[in-house]
Amino acid sequence: MSAVIDTHHHDHAHGPAKGLMRWVLTTNHKDIGSMYLWFSFAMFLLGGSMAMVIRAELFQPGLQLVQPEYFNQMTTTHGLIMVFGAVMPAFVGLANWMIPLMIGAPDMALPRMNNFSFWLLPMAFGLLVSTLFMEGGGPNFGWTFYAPLSTTYAPPSVTFFIFAIHLAGISSIMGAINIIATILNLRAPGMTLMKMPLFVWTWLITAFLLIAVMPVLAGVVTMMLMDIHFGTSFFNAAGGGDPVMFQHIFWFFGHPEVYIMILPAFGAVSQIIPAFSRKPLFGYTSMVYATAAIAFLSFIVWAHHMFTVGIPITGELFFMYATMLIAVPTGVKVFNWVSTMFRGALTFEAPMLFAVAFVILFTIGGFSGLMLAIAPADFQYHDTYFVVAHFHYVLVPGAIFGIFASAYYWLPKWTGHMYDETLAKTHFWMSFIGMNLAFFPMHFVGLAGMPRRIPDYNVMFANFNMISSVGAFMFGVTQLLFLFIVIKCIKGGTKAAANPWEGAEGLEWTVPSPAPYHTFTTPPEVK
Amino acid sequence: MSEQQSNKPVVTRLVLTVIGMFAFGFLMVPLYDVMCDALGINGKTSGTAYRQDVEHIDESRTLRVQFVATRAQGMAWDFNPDAEQLSLHPGETREMLFYAHNPTDRPMVAQAIPSVSPAKAAAFFHKTECFCFTQQVLQPGESVEMPVRFIVDPALPTDVKHLTLAYTLFDVSERMPDKLANASAQAH
Repeated sequence: MSAVIDTHHHDHAHGPAKGLMRWVLTTNHKDIGSMYLWFSFAMFLLGGSMAMVIRAELFQPGLQLVQPEYFNQMTTTHGLIMVFGAVMPAFVGLANWMIPLMIGAPDMALPRMNNFSFWLLPMAFGLLVSTLFMEGGGPNFGWTFYAPLSTTYAPPSVTFFIFAIHLAGISSIMGAINIIATILNLRAPGMTLMKMPLFVWTWLITAFLLIAVMPVLAGVVTMMLMDIHFGTSFFNAAGGGDPVMFQHIFWFFGHPEVYIMILPAFGAVSQIIPAFSRKPLFGYTSMVYATAAIAFLSFIVWAHHMFTVGIPITGELFFMYATMLIAVPTGVKVFNWVSTMFRGALTFEAPMLFAVAFVILFTIGGFSGLMLAIAPADFQYHDTYFVVAHFHYVLVPGAIFGIFASAYYWLPKWTGHMYDETLAKTHFWMSFIGMNLAFFPMHFVGLAGMPRRIPDYNVMFANFNMISSVGAFMFGVTQLLFLFIVIKCIKGGTKAAANPWEGAEGLEWTVPSPAPYHTFTTPPEVK
Repeated sequence: MSEQQSNKPVVTRLVLTVIGMFAFGFLMVPLYDVMCDALGINGKTSGTAYRQDVEHIDESRTLRVQFVATRAQGMAWDFNPDAEQLSLHPGETREMLFYAHNPTDRPMVAQAIPSVSPAKAAAFFHKTECFCFTQQVLQPGESVEMPVRFIVDPALPTDVKHLTLAYTLFDVSERMPDKLANASAQAH
């Protein structure tokens, strides 16, 4: 730790160490941030390839490419890898890179723990992916791993799955502790809480959500482990346990988890839209309170995932209304983003395109969420493709477009070069069209009753499924273009100024591009 | 070094929160049972015998109780009730026999798990005697008739006219090595 803090005592700043060990031993927030981002992109491609297998199988009715057992492993690991391996680490990577730069801190508060929390991730996902090659196959019980499907009836590899979740959870918890300590302790003088950029605010709240619910996830997989190996009966009805209780504990983690995946994207979009509207963010204070309100509400709505398990009518009503209440703070946010753009001097560079698409498409996902929140209607929608359409609309153009927008917005700061705007716009339009083609028809087949997680379907769903698959392939291939754009940007391109965006504000734009290895070794003054 | 010191309180508090939330995850287990018991939700009935002090029969109401016997996945026993349903008055003590048969060539231990629907009736369904309070041990080819004696509380909400008592029979031979060992010893 002192290596980082002591640098300003020397006349020269340390550069990065040489060779491969730089990455293994680094405690530098920028190195670790880059590793998180690269790791999450690798997981994005891996989880994406699994989605390609799923969509290829669903291209036509009937079984063509894979057997149902393998199909189930694909849907399960696709979900797990995208949630825990792609979206969450990508946001932690952005936090590592940007939070110290945005609050004028020299580094993260706990740099060594930062290194450890990153290196746990390759272990966790190495373990998870290895289960696919084990006897009996990998996890095949859905990413929600409902017991007793994931205990009594699980493949033997489930123990490895449990340890992988433990490792990923420990990594997230340590990352969250680090982020909270950084934000609370290392802000530059004058940077009061209500002057923090919104990305920092949303991450602070996300980190508290992580601290609160990741231990519950660790607890529930520990109970599974005990049921499987130590003869307990947490979820085994024969021994006095209850499978429905699994769902309660899981979703007590699972619902805040969905906000963990979206709140940092809210923050990033709240940085980007003002920059390209050349106006300050409309309603900064209400944005902060809305984020906190969403985080609070996320703890009292979990049972809307399980309306059909048979909960009392008063319970159904409570969870229905509480869920609908979330539309209010979310509506405040959408209103603020639109008001920020209203009468702004708008330009549509790639970050802004992704951010505007985020606002529109996330709202569509929010609306289908409201439909699902209606308890009596949910009996029809439950476990159909309508649910798949809903959560892909909030996660793909929500979380992932938020990550793309952030990547393009801050790439000049990271690399010192401008990315290729034409290619980036191509990436945007291909992603936008591909993603809508893939997920919009899922609303229709879902409403018509096509169940999720099934490798075969009624021929009446054939046309829409073919369209979905074509869109998914298009979206998938387009992400290789993103990889190319990023590599091209690292290798060279137009030199980026310290602040390459006309309207961008914030401390991160006061340091040169690319950001030097050590920044803010003397804290800046914030007025 | 001042940063390192100032990190300590916040990190300590956060780590304590993490430990607390991990414990809370486990606390949800008893909490869940307490909630289900207190609110009579989830169709769970009491696991111990009910003692009736004063008999009070409400002859103005007639209820229909239906019996369902299900075998859990992988359970080889035959298992069914003596009759599909019976009619009774609230407060009346009635009995139903369930028949079980072990067709396999090894001794087995089984546990029946009851559930009452509608769920809100569960708290009013009292069992004075039930084969579900203990495990059943059957030798290869052995059969048994197992009684359940029950009373439906006259305080049962009046809109409930039809109840279902469902049993699921689980193979718990592996979980009950002692009972299984005793049973095997008897067989030889």
